[in-house]
Amino acid sequence: MIEKPINNRAWLLVLPVLAFVLFSALLPMMTVVNYSLQDSMGANNFFWNGDAWFRDVLNPSTDIGARFFDALGRNLSFSFAALLIEVPLGIAIALCLPRGGWAVGPCLVLIALPMLIPWNVVGTIWQIFARADIGLFGAAVNGLGIPYNDTQNPVSAWITIVIIDVWHWTPLVILLSYAGLRAIPDAFYQAARIDAASRWAVFVNIELPKLQKVLVIAVLLRFMQTFMIYTEPFVVTGGGPGSATTFLSIDLVKIALGQVDLGNAAAMSLIYNLITITLCWIFYTIMTQLDRRRDA
Amino acid sequence: MFETIAKGWEEFATKFTWMAWTWETAIFFSFIASALVILTLLAVYRPETPRRGILGFPTTRGDRFFVTMLGAAYIHILWIGFGGGELWFALGISGLFGIAMFIFA
Repeated sequence: MIEKPINNRAWLLVLPVLAFVLFSALLPMMTVVNYSLQDSMGANNFFWNGDAWFRDVLNPSTDIGARFFDALGRNLSFSFAALLIEVPLGIAIALCLPRGGWAVGPCLVLIALPMLIPWNVVGTIWQIFARADIGLFGAAVNGLGIPYNDTQNPVSAWITIVIIDVWHWTPLVILLSYAGLRAIPDAFYQAARIDAASRWAVFVNIELPKLQKVLVIAVLLRFMQTFMIYTEPFVVTGGGPGSATTFLSIDLVKIALGQVDLGNAAAMSLIYNLITITLCWIFYTIMTQLDRRRDA
Repeated sequence: MFETIAKGWEEFATKFTWMAWTWETAIFFSFIASALVILTLLAVYRPETPRRGILGFPTTRGDRFFVTMLGAAYIHILWIGFGGGELWFALGISGLFGIAMFIFA
């Protein structure tokens, strides 16, 4: 009998990563679960509190519950607004890009540039850019006669945060769509020309269906990233004016580190985490299923 | 000999007092850990092929366990959110959900 040349010892190489994840994610996560069921008066004294924190967070008539559901609503509306702008805009720009020749490289590099800038730098840039007195954007908009002040007016603050995200991450949608468009064989376009199909018909019947896979990736990636938004509102608006741009992550930091309200913060972060895990799982499942169907 | 071991354990344990362990959460995490170990052993000694059930995509035992845990979390949250009483009922519903997942998914 021939020994099969199978050796699973390579899995041992994963051990350092496991140790790292244990200390960077699993132990803190377990601690959060422990905190969410207990009350503390400081000095490492903990008292069993059962599900009381969860009952508070999930009850909109309590103070903390109202904050949680308001922030959750803000998160969802922000993700929705960002996706509604970024996806159509990204596809439109990808369609306008040159299909070949020397211009492709410079165009793609220029478009990819915003993605290379770290979140807090983007925030700082926009904090100054959007200022109503000295910022180029803020002063220009005010000069046009449109009242705009991202630190005093909730609508201005929201528009600023959405524009930042669109500026920062539409390039991702553009690059994905561009790659998807390039993957369409010329034969499809030739067939369309023979049928004298209009530009719109080509878009709806050839390009959009062929873009489906990359668009699924783009939508889910962007949804997850916008749902976890923290840095931009933290740097630019600080969650204000009032609590207009206080998203879940910002409120969590306020509750946990500002008010040292560990139980409520732990319960809230676990529910928030559950939503993110669900989204990641849906994302992962759809991706692997699309891959499998393509292979089949 | 026994004393040094006990002392060593105590020293080790005091390093983790900040984690604020309770026996309830310890049971919860032991359950998840042992489930993962059992699923791994099953995957090694009783390999399976994924099957397609009511979820519409092929699932393995691990997938069904994950969906069960995820669903259990949502069942508990909805139970609390709609002002349900004792959490034991939510746990019971989660158990039924898990059984259904392992049979039909």
